[in-house]
Amino acid sequence: MVDLSVCLSGLELDNPIIPASGTFGFGYEFAEFYDINVLGSIALKGTTREGRYGNPLPRVAECTEGLINSVGLQNPGVDRVISEELPKLKEKFRKKAIANISGFCVSDYSYAASRLDAQEQIGLLEVNISCPNVHAGGMSFGTDAKSAYEVTKAVKAVAKKPVFVKLTPNVTSIADIAKACEDAGADGISLINTVLGMRIDLRTKKPVIANKVGGFSGRAIFPIALRAVYEVYEAVKLPIMGMGGVASADDAIEMMLAGATAVQVGAQNLVDPYACRDIIASLPAAMEKYGISSLKQIIGGAHA
Amino acid sequence: MTEIFEQTDRMSDFELIQNTLIAKDVYKMTLVGDARFITSPGQFVNVKIEGFFLRRPISVCDLEGDRLTLVYKVVGNGTDVMSRWQKGKKVNLLTGLGNGYDLSLAGERPVLIGGGVGCPPLYFLAKRLKSMGCDDISVALGFNSACDMILQEEFVALGCDVKVATVDGSAGVKGVVTDVVGRDRTHFYACGSPAMLRAVSTTLDIGGSVSMEARMGCGFGACMGCSLPTKNGTKRVCKEGPVFDAEEIIW
Repeated sequence: MVDLSVCLSGLELDNPIIPASGTFGFGYEFAEFYDINVLGSIALKGTTREGRYGNPLPRVAECTEGLINSVGLQNPGVDRVISEELPKLKEKFRKKAIANISGFCVSDYSYAASRLDAQEQIGLLEVNISCPNVHAGGMSFGTDAKSAYEVTKAVKAVAKKPVFVKLTPNVTSIADIAKACEDAGADGISLINTVLGMRIDLRTKKPVIANKVGGFSGRAIFPIALRAVYEVYEAVKLPIMGMGGVASADDAIEMMLAGATAVQVGAQNLVDPYACRDIIASLPAAMEKYGISSLKQIIGGAHA
Repeated sequence: MTEIFEQTDRMSDFELIQNTLIAKDVYKMTLVGDARFITSPGQFVNVKIEGFFLRRPISVCDLEGDRLTLVYKVVGNGTDVMSRWQKGKKVNLLTGLGNGYDLSLAGERPVLIGGGVGCPPLYFLAKRLKSMGCDDISVALGFNSACDMILQEEFVALGCDVKVATVDGSAGVKGVVTDVVGRDRTHFYACGSPAMLRAVSTTLDIGGSVSMEARMGCGFGACMGCSLPTKNGTKRVCKEGPVFDAEEIIW
């Protein structure tokens, strides 16, 4: 028997596979497809202090081996997430979920964090300082080490549960931003968020996405994500949730060798709603193929 | 993947039986496979095309047992690849997506209003309405030109009263679809361009159901790529829709 379990800052996971925020809603709707309790955990849809409609349509554009999205943090706001979404999730999911938090100022983050931190169902907070689709917010915190430090510090001050900070790859040195988060007391780092990109419709000769640019994700970004995880693993002593283009058990193992303790699956859920279930189901065979008996033991295994 | 799951999955391979050109750039594809998740007209399937990341959402035109018919228009590179698929090809589909038309709203004399490639789901609807005993079904179809005309004969064969309008007058009445919608109907079911749906919903004085279209990411409610602001809050075209009460839409 191979051992798939991992421990993420005290949160015990049966396996390291977690659907990434923004690709799995609030989780319960995927119970129409399969028993979601097979998942390690679920990173819930990004939640802000107030409800948001998000950006105008079209919000998605197809690319080779991926897509660009510019949803713009559509969510019902933290109060309704707690009163409506979490109870629906509880009916379908027995494990602890990961709350994903976004904001437009430091106090937005600490407010949403304190509310979600108090929910028994939530096992960990993921602080998104990397949304590429919302101006004057999101990513601006994640592209500057000082801002990243401030947001992390503010959330840590109100949270009792582990705080992971989700970083953008759209920076010169993602390791420097990760170090600032570590200095501010972060318990872990999530990376990467989407890569800024765009498409132009050849028929209209205008950008496909209403917001012009958006975040590129999918299999095409896997090497970029892997490199970022590898670099951050060397720069900080914190556990990492690795994500970006993961679509198979092999990808997940590769991500863990680069330094990830847990692995999130994003865009692949959108084209195959069974992706996470099937990756988990095929992990044991993949582990045997590569002579791995315990996933815990391979974390960061590619480093000297 | 692992066989044990295939019994219950709503994502499965269908076998292509037929794929033929039926109008300008419009193809009719017949597939055989596990279609039991398709429960109502107006629902769609999401088609996997090798070499393309996102699936292509296509409404169900007809379903007889495990035999599924899709009518689609070549509008880009993905549908162009689909049009070249041959008999025997295995096509991966995600089935039974979205909420379809509510048949209980029809009343005694429904009118089905289709524009261009918005017509196909209405054929499946007409069949279901017929099978539940609705005999007086009026169908109004609008096209740009005679070369775009689809499904008219099929609706006639079902016993529907069919009226056609074309913008250039090359078939039926010269004009738009609202010109050929009969009076004294009990409910309208419409599918077509946003402009057509707006015209239908704002000119007819009866209640109706409209099937909305949007560029989708996933097709099953996960990505929020197709969210529509409505009078009753934000709704996902792929999940709460694609069929909505016309009253709910902000025209």
